Amino acid sequence: MPDQLLFAMEVTLNGLMAGVMYSLVALGFVLIFKASGIFNYAQGVLALFAALTLVGFQDGQVPFAHLINAVFKTNLSTFGWHLPAIVAILLTAAVMVLLAIIIEKFVLKHLVNQPPIILFMATIGMAYFLEGLGDIMWGADIKKLDVGLPQGISETVESVTDSIFGYGFFIDNLDIVATVVAALLVLSLTLFSQYTKYGRALRAVADDHQAALSVGISLRFIWVLVWSIAGIVALVAGIMWGTKSGVQFSLSLIALKALPVLMLGGFTSIPGAIVGGLIIGVGEKLFEFTIGPMIGGATENWFAYVLALVFLVFRPQGLFGEKIIERV
Amino acid sequence: MKKTLTALALAMAVATPALAELVVPNLSYRTGPYAPSGIPYADGFSDYFELLNARDGGIGGELVSVPECETAYNTEKGVECYEATKGLGSLVYNPLSTGITYQLIPKVTADGITLYTPGYGRTSAANGKVFANVFNYPANYWDGASIIINHLLDQEGGSLEGKKIALIYHNSAYGKEPIRTLQELSKKHGYELVEIPVDHPGQEQKSQWLQIRRDKPDYVIMYGWGVMNSVAVQEAVNIKYPMDHFIGIWWSGSENDVEPAGDRANGYKMISFHGTGSDYPIYADLKKYVIDAGKAAGAGDQVGTALYSRGMYAAMVISEAIRKAQEMAGHSAVTAAEVREGFENLDLTEERLDELGLPGFAQPIKSTCADHGGPGTAMIFQWDAAAGAWSKASDWIEADQDVIAPLLAEDSAAFAAENNIAERCN
Repeated sequence: MPDQLLFAMEVTLNGLMAGVMYSLVALGFVLIFKASGIFNYAQGVLALFAALTLVGFQDGQVPFAHLINAVFKTNLSTFGWHLPAIVAILLTAAVMVLLAIIIEKFVLKHLVNQPPIILFMATIGMAYFLEGLGDIMWGADIKKLDVGLPQGISETVESVTDSIFGYGFFIDNLDIVATVVAALLVLSLTLFSQYTKYGRALRAVADDHQAALSVGISLRFIWVLVWSIAGIVALVAGIMWGTKSGVQFSLSLIALKALPVLMLGGFTSIPGAIVGGLIIGVGEKLFEFTIGPMIGGATENWFAYVLALVFLVFRPQGLFGEKIIERV
Repeated sequence: MKKTLTALALAMAVATPALAELVVPNLSYRTGPYAPSGIPYADGFSDYFELLNARDGGIGGELVSVPECETAYNTEKGVECYEATKGLGSLVYNPLSTGITYQLIPKVTADGITLYTPGYGRTSAANGKVFANVFNYPANYWDGASIIINHLLDQEGGSLEGKKIALIYHNSAYGKEPIRTLQELSKKHGYELVEIPVDHPGQEQKSQWLQIRRDKPDYVIMYGWGVMNSVAVQEAVNIKYPMDHFIGIWWSGSENDVEPAGDRANGYKMISFHGTGSDYPIYADLKKYVIDAGKAAGAGDQVGTALYSRGMYAAMVISEAIRKAQEMAGHSAVTAAEVREGFENLDLTEERLDELGLPGFAQPIKSTCADHGGPGTAMIFQWDAAAGAWSKASDWIEADQDVIAPLLAEDSAAFAAENNIAERCN
């Protein structure tokens, strides 16, 4: 088999894996948009905040240590413990639920019946607030996140592909884990929304707020529920991306990678987020591999948006989004 | 109303530094994606001046005021910070951003203020004949590229003929700086240069490292910043690239860049124009007068790191230039114009570095009207993951000025022609 074809196959596989990583971020956007019609600008920062909190719990960091030290002239830094990863993850999930309750109580509750643009603006405010809060609570230094996920080249994939093609493909073990986790996440979310009482309530609210209210579904509870789930999805995305690059403040910029995925897959479809992610991942990687060298490289950031825009021309609602028909 | 106005006037008087103070603003970034790099640098910069104030009563009897302004590594905010602080009587700026530097060059030239950009900014500012107010000693981006190639020549027994060298770089004005130099050096030494750009912020680099895995370059040089560095080191580890063949410029050589990859980052190399670590006599004073006294700019947890040391280096050079300016002017409350003269006549000797408690920390600098670029030397450091520290892996290495000098002359001549600047120092 020609080398270029083998390389293209390797790039395609890695594109699929990268797409799964983008989908993990896009899922959080979809959940909130589907249930409440809010485009949550703060989703990337939620992932950052979750990852910071996870490392903080794991390493026994004293929250607000810099602030406490500056005010009270103390010298606090850590509690001196190192929590097992699973305990730290559960505690962080609890914090994300608490955060959802706070967001509902102090922000969303006061904005019921406001136009979507007001809610969008509120999420911009939340993004900046949470970024600052994360900084004050845990510090701005780069942190190593280790919850025991494997990293580095998959020896199995390399040896199997080498025996078949005479060239060992590179696949990152972390990407394989991310794919499995994303599949489990989508399966859980589907089962939850199809077969549980609260899942059905969530779908009812997504279909029609007024009708859902009229049959006694609490909108406030559903909002807390959906923001909690989005927070936990953000935690999963934060773990994957944080393991890859360390936990630092540019982690919030992963949201930029989710936008073309949403444009392509649709804002209201969970399968759309996954398929959109895969198309964007493969598209940008193959474009960089084939055309990139001819035009100076570094094409991935803008090509993802170009690809999404091309899809928008033909399907403005995205691949799986609901077509909005407004009658005058 | 009258009382309010009086109170306001009093508050302003307190907030404004006393006229006798030497004002050196710290254009820092403690927030945003580049904060992990900006914080240690800003801490080192402020702590050094704090040490001079606490131990020596400032410079030549004048206290140094270091008002801090947050730029978030954003060029527009950097320019705003400059405009907001220059009225305080600012003597010199060090914005730690090539983008901000490019915007400030015409402004400082018009305002008669000094712009000091050690190891960053516009490389051809080393030519003092054109750039009267800008100084970038002791080394610039092009020196860095040449020093790395000289190190590789040393590794390969004096020849890079037929070798393949990849440059992975931040796709910005800064990251593109070494390309021309590396291209010129490839003609001289016969290696093949592969250029691999990474877009801001550099969180996802799978394509670039798959390319490196396919192309199998003999060496990879990195000009990165922020998260791009740590992701690149991690990806290099993932593809099992030999870490001792991966070498970064000084902006790709902090503890933050290697620690997230853990033990597997062991052996990664970087070049630096100053020493790192806390094994210098100055740190005893720094601990006594600044950190233990609760006067540190940050939490005191960055002391001795590579970027803290660089911030301290910049502050040390600025303070020595101010000292020189005071000596030349014959008075201590020097003006911005006098400080520029101090920079242009700086003579930082080894003996003086010893006196400052920094023996062997840096190379001597002897600035002239034409030479604002300094010695153009650096050392190689290698990451020791077990010790969690950089270890010195070479002595001072010089850049190939035969290649760099014509490039500097060409670039600065183009700038002079564009801006109608007549050459000085003739």
